[in-house]
Amino acid sequence: MNIFKHEFKMNFKSTIIWSLSIAVLIFVFMSLFSTIAADADLMNEAIAQMPEELLMAFGMNNVDFASVLGYFSFIFLFCQVCLAIQASNYGISLVSVEEREMTADFLLAKPIARNKILTNKLLAVITNLTITNVVVWISSFVFLNMFRDGREYETKTLVMILLTIVLFQLFFLSVGVVLSLLMKRVRSVTPLSMALAFGMFVVNAFSGMLGDSKLELITPFKHFDPNYISANAAYDTPLVLISVSVILISIVGSYMLYQRRNIHTAV
Amino acid sequence: MSIIEVNNLTKYYGKARGIEDVSFSVDEGEVYGFIGPNGAGKSTTIRLFLSLIYPTSGEAKIFGKDINQHGVEIRQEIGYLPSEVFYYEGMKVLDLLKYSESFYKKDCTKRMMELAEIMELDLKRKIDDLSYGNKKKVGIVQGLLHSPKLIVLDEPTSGLDPLMQQKFFNLIREENERGATVFFSSHILGEVQKMCNRVAIIKEGTVINIQDIKSLQKDNYKKIRIEAEGLDEKRFSVEGVNNMVKDNGSINFFFKGDINLITKLISEKEVEDVTIEEPTLEEIFMHYYV
Repeated sequence: MNIFKHEFKMNFKSTIIWSLSIAVLIFVFMSLFSTIAADADLMNEAIAQMPEELLMAFGMNNVDFASVLGYFSFIFLFCQVCLAIQASNYGISLVSVEEREMTADFLLAKPIARNKILTNKLLAVITNLTITNVVVWISSFVFLNMFRDGREYETKTLVMILLTIVLFQLFFLSVGVVLSLLMKRVRSVTPLSMALAFGMFVVNAFSGMLGDSKLELITPFKHFDPNYISANAAYDTPLVLISVSVILISIVGSYMLYQRRNIHTAV
Repeated sequence: MSIIEVNNLTKYYGKARGIEDVSFSVDEGEVYGFIGPNGAGKSTTIRLFLSLIYPTSGEAKIFGKDINQHGVEIRQEIGYLPSEVFYYEGMKVLDLLKYSESFYKKDCTKRMMELAEIMELDLKRKIDDLSYGNKKKVGIVQGLLHSPKLIVLDEPTSGLDPLMQQKFFNLIREENERGATVFFSSHILGEVQKMCNRVAIIKEGTVINIQDIKSLQKDNYKKIRIEAEGLDEKRFSVEGVNNMVKDNGSINFFFKGDINLITKLISEKEVEDVTIEEPTLEEIFMHYYV
C-alpha cells in the first residue's frame, strides 16, 4: 500500500495537467461545432478539395461534420493522441525512473518482492490513468451537450466510443513497460513515448492511405477507430481482441523480465 | 554463526567480468572490511547480496538463508547505504524517511528521530535542495532506522566532511556494540583499518587475500622518500626494503619491519627532506599482490 500511495502521488500532478489539457481540447473543439455544423456543406466542399491521402491520414474522410457524433469522433482522435502519449510516458518511466534516478537501490533494498513492487506500481498508475479517463467522460458529455446546438445523437454510441479509453490506455501503458524492460537502460522517457504514441498514430494513417490492412493489425488507433464505431455503432471485434492480447502478453512479459532484471549502477 | 557465507560466487555481465569465484564468510558481530580499487567488484558483491543483480553461478547465504530464495526476509534485517545516493524528486527528508520506515514490520519512528538528530538532519527540507554530504546523511539514517542486524556500507564516507565521518564511525561502532554485524566496503585502507576486525582484499573480481587487521598492520609497509646529496642507495639495502628507486638526488622505497632501523640509518646522514607515509592501496596492490 505504501508503494501504491507513493507512486500515485509522484504522478498525480502530471495526471491533473493531462486531464485538464484534454478537457480544454474537447471544450475548444466542441465550442466550434455549431458554426461548423451550420456550414457543414461548405466545410465538406472545402475538404473535398484536399488530397484524399491527407484526409485519410487525419481520419477526416467520410466525416459528417453536420452530425454530433461524426464531429465528435473526429476530435476524439486528438484525445487519443494525448491519451497515448500520457500512457506511454507512465509506462516507459514506471520502472526505468528508479534506475535513472538511482532510487532502485533504495527501493529494491527494502524487504519487498519485485512482483509486489510492479503490481503496486501498475495499480497506482492505472488509478492515475483512470482519473484522466473519468475527466474525458465528464467533459465529453458536458461539452457535447452544451454545444450540440439542438442536434440529436445516440448516447449508446458515445458510450461505446468512450469505453474504448480503458483498453487504449492499457495498451500504451503495458507496451511502454515491457519496452522499457527490454532495454538495458532508458536514458530519457519523452522521446521514446513520443515515438511509441506517434509511431502508432502514423502507422494508422499509413494504413488508411495505402489501404494496407496488415498494418492496422498493430495499432490501437485502428483497433479503436472512433469513426468506425460511430459509423457502425459496433466495435471491430477481431481488432479489439488483438489489443487485448498485446496487453496481456506485455503485462506477463513485464513481470517475467522485471523478476530477473539486473539493476545496474547509473554510472 | 556466520552472518554472511559466500561460496564461489560469480557474476558476469554478458561477457564482462563482475566477480569470479568469490568465497568468504563474515561472523556475527564482526566489522568486516571489503577493500579493493575501483572496479574490482565490491559493488557487484554487495548488489548480489541485496538481489539487485542475480549471480551467474555460486551461492551466498545471509543469516543462513539463500539470497535468491529468501531475499525479502533477509532484507528485513539489512540496512544498506549505497555509495551514490539520490532520492525521489520533490520529496522532503521526513517523507522519504517515513516511506523508508513503512517497509519494515517494526515501529522505527523513535530511532529515526534519534538518528536524524545525531546526523543533524533538517527534516523539513526538500532532498533535491540538499548538498551531496547532506543527501548522504539522509542515506545513513534511512539505512539504519530499523536497527538492522546486518549493515552493508558501500563506500560510505565519500562526500562526508571529517567531523561527520567521525560521527558516522561512532554511530557504526555503537550499532556494532549493540550486536549488528557490519560489512564495510571501501577503497581507503585507513578507514578500514580503523574500523574492521578482518578484511577481504578484492582485485579484478577475485578475493586475493583475507586477513585480520592485526596481521595486516604487521604487514604494514611504509613508503619512504629521502632527499639528500650524494646518496648511496646501498646504505639502505637492508632487509625489509624493496622496490628501491633512485632519481635526481632522492631515493624512494618501501619498507616493512622495525621502523627504528630506517630512522637510524637516516639520522646518520645529513638529509634535506624525509617523508614516511602509508602506501596507497593501489601501491600495495602493485607491489605485493601482483
